[in-house]
Amino acid sequence: MRVLSLVLILLTSLFFTGIIIRTKSILSGRKGPGIMQPMKDILRSLRKSSVFSETTSLIFQLAPTVYLATILMAILFIPFGNDKGVISFNGDFVFFAYVLALGKFFMIIAALDTGSSFEGMGASREALYSMLVEPAFFILMGSFALLTGYTSFAGIFGALHFGSYISYGIGILASFVFITIALIENSRLPVDDPKTHLELTMVHEVMILDNSGFDLGLILYATNLKFAMYGAIIANFFLTPGYEWYYSIPIFTAVQLVFAVIVGTIESFSARFRMNHNPQFILMFTSISLLIFLGVLLMTGKII
Amino acid sequence: MGFIISIITIFFLLAVSLVKSEHKATLAVLGTICSAAASSWDAIWVLSGNIYEEAINGGLVFGNITLRSDGLSAWFILLTNFTAITAILYGKQYLKHYQSSSASLTLHFGSYLLNHFALTGIYFIQNALAFLCLWEIMALSVFIMVIFEHGRMETLKAGINYLIQSHISIIFLTLGFIWVYTSTGSFEFSAIRDYCFAAGKEPSLLLFLVFFIGFAIKAGFVPFHTWLPHAHPAAPSHVSGLMSGVIIKSGIYGILRMLLLMPENHLVIGYLILLISIVSSVYGVLLATIQHNMKRLLAYHSIENIGIIGIGIGVGAIGSGLHMPYLALAGYTGALLHSLNHSLFKSLLFFTSGTVYTATHTLSIDRLGGLIRRMPHTSLLFLLAALAICGLPPFNGFISEFLIYSGLFNAIGSGQTSSVVVLAVVALALTGGLALMCFTKAFGIIFLGVNRTGKITLIHEAGPAMLFPKYLTASLIVAIGLLPQLFIGILQNPAGLFTSTGVSPEYASLVSLMQKVSLALTGLVLLILLLYLVRKTAMRRRDLVTGPTWGCGYKNSSPRLQYTASSFVRPFAVLVKPWITMSRTKAEIRTIIPQPLHDETHFYDKLENTLVDWPVRNLKGFLGKFKFLQNGSVQFYVLYGVVFIAISIAIPLIINVIQYLSHLIKQL
Repeated sequence: MRVLSLVLILLTSLFFTGIIIRTKSILSGRKGPGIMQPMKDILRSLRKSSVFSETTSLIFQLAPTVYLATILMAILFIPFGNDKGVISFNGDFVFFAYVLALGKFFMIIAALDTGSSFEGMGASREALYSMLVEPAFFILMGSFALLTGYTSFAGIFGALHFGSYISYGIGILASFVFITIALIENSRLPVDDPKTHLELTMVHEVMILDNSGFDLGLILYATNLKFAMYGAIIANFFLTPGYEWYYSIPIFTAVQLVFAVIVGTIESFSARFRMNHNPQFILMFTSISLLIFLGVLLMTGKII
Repeated sequence: MGFIISIITIFFLLAVSLVKSEHKATLAVLGTICSAAASSWDAIWVLSGNIYEEAINGGLVFGNITLRSDGLSAWFILLTNFTAITAILYGKQYLKHYQSSSASLTLHFGSYLLNHFALTGIYFIQNALAFLCLWEIMALSVFIMVIFEHGRMETLKAGINYLIQSHISIIFLTLGFIWVYTSTGSFEFSAIRDYCFAAGKEPSLLLFLVFFIGFAIKAGFVPFHTWLPHAHPAAPSHVSGLMSGVIIKSGIYGILRMLLLMPENHLVIGYLILLISIVSSVYGVLLATIQHNMKRLLAYHSIENIGIIGIGIGVGAIGSGLHMPYLALAGYTGALLHSLNHSLFKSLLFFTSGTVYTATHTLSIDRLGGLIRRMPHTSLLFLLAALAICGLPPFNGFISEFLIYSGLFNAIGSGQTSSVVVLAVVALALTGGLALMCFTKAFGIIFLGVNRTGKITLIHEAGPAMLFPKYLTASLIVAIGLLPQLFIGILQNPAGLFTSTGVSPEYASLVSLMQKVSLALTGLVLLILLLYLVRKTAMRRRDLVTGPTWGCGYKNSSPRLQYTASSFVRPFAVLVKPWITMSRTKAEIRTIIPQPLHDETHFYDKLENTLVDWPVRNLKGFLGKFKFLQNGSVQFYVLYGVVFIAISIAIPLIINVIQYLSHLIKQL
């Protein structure tokens, strides 16, 4: 059953952005598009032909493919409760983070490949934010390694159990940090607004200004996948081991749904930060994850 | 063995100085290959489980010199030889334009051979006195290679800076060896171990610190790093590649050798090295990110990578201190493999930037752009090395960083180490992120977009002879990335030296872990290829249109409107402002019709400012007060002599008088 998480994440990715958009439209009192509309847009993009800038080179054509491939690769590591992911070994979350970084690397250089100053701006911001968000993830995984004594996704999520009040606190804080990491990595509010119309205030959107047709479709789908992937990680906090699949699959679906609704709600009620406030905001999560680490140290009594 | 290598070196040294200038390079290549072949033969024999030991008579001064190579020496000899050969192959082409200056070429290639000899010797020799001699030969030969373009003031300054700092390193090493000699009466390395057993914990820790400072200056740990960013850009590119890839590794070797010789205190030493390395890695990459000069950027990255290697050594030492074999193995294996990996991708980066320099005559990133069209091979090689240095899969940098991460998380998971270890994880993660920022900037601005000077048609790709050594290095980078288990297998011998258990179940688990990683990496490559194939078939029947880059409605876009390296890192530079010194000359528009303006921003190392520049400035100021003494007229100098003699006679007299007087007063 190792492919279960892969299949479920692929399925979720079809609806995820749709749910976000639907939430936003309901909250703002509009009727809004159907849940499948983002997927339809992606399919339409995939069927279209492309326009390439004269400035671009092979890098620009390669980048969307690499981006999608790295995200698919990362998904293979995500376990499902007791079931391991397709690939699992000690330290697999390091592989997970670095393989995502590979995709980011290519997207950033592809943006610079166009020679546009707008896309350079987006690339610069993306590089900065992803650099700042990296430590939070690693500290979090370090805390779980300390808590459970395992160093792989499957080991950690398999051994995670809620015993004391501190562990509940840690679980909630960790989910919170993961939701924010997902928001930052997917360039959503409050760090980046996907619906903004001014190129100067964009981060991710401005990087892909010159992508069109099939490549744009790949990038858009990759974003959906990324959301579903982070949703699956968060769901794993709640898939306590021992549950049968007819419990865990509904829990998984519910967590993904709640996650999408939360994202939609945040986007409805908050505004984007000023660009120069973003680093502080992101660094805050490094300190929250350090707090989690300290909490775990307290719990396990291993302060040396 | 030592005899054969010496004969080879002397023969080729003579040959290089005697032949015509167009053949010098070929002879240097031959000489390097011959001596590399001799030492590699021995190293491979050692790595297959043997131990080489030989004693040569060094005459009255040295006594018996022991030549000995174990797994550690063999590993460093192999990595030195590989980069030494690729560097000289590349250097042969790189220095083609300088054929008219026969004397400098002789000096350059002569010191190259001598330097290779000294480096090999350092890894063999177990006698402190001979070791110091070779260390000095290495320092001097590198100095001569660095100042190849001695016509330029900056180059000379950087060279002298290097020369002074490497002698500070030698002072510390000499101090350490004399310390051991005075209490044991022997210059053999084994005396260090005897001393440590006899002297107990605290003195041997102090002794280690003395050696550590000596070797850390060579390796470039912060705060001993200040020579590095000056010397690397000043040297010719192949020498920069050799220095960054191989020569600073001799410092790493020294630290590892001392760890082997001093089995005490590993836990304390481990934490110490870990802390210094955390600072080195983050500080190095922080400064690298904001550089505009291509080679200086790479030089700062060397500091970062030395920090990563140091984190590995620290984890290893903590592991051997706590008797946790897996930790020790993961740490040391990671550090040793990263030493090799860094020597590969860093030399490749220096070679490619050298090629860019010969093609464009500038090292300033902001003046380049769009080179991928004119130099596809160089661009590809640079991209590959950049991905590897960022530690991204599926290349070799990822493997060694993964090993170090694995050690760190294992340490955290075991719950027996201090929570400082989590700082190392933060440092590695930050370093990875910053390296990504730095190399997307470097690759994106240098090779992509449109050329910023508009002279793109004058730029040509390097010839196949120049590309060959680079592709050789690149192929090894890919090989380590995709088949790490093979190289981990080779490392079993050197890393096993640090754990008493030898071949252990931990090693088997490490190898099987690497097999899984290798499988995952191959999967990643296949997935990318598969998706690209899908994309290609999907795109086949579409009509592809090309047009200008979308300028958001603005039509008259010019290359100068592109994002520059400085603008790319600006948000970051603002963030780290407290830790760097930024000097900016800003011109303001004053007239109604604006004239061409010149705006310059330079970043400077704050630590260098406080640790080196400030004391030197003050010392200069103080000593400057005595300048009047050196006024150039002979009469004064004679007077100084007379005054000196008078004082040296007078002082005893005065002392006598005082003694007499005090005696008198007492009697009264």
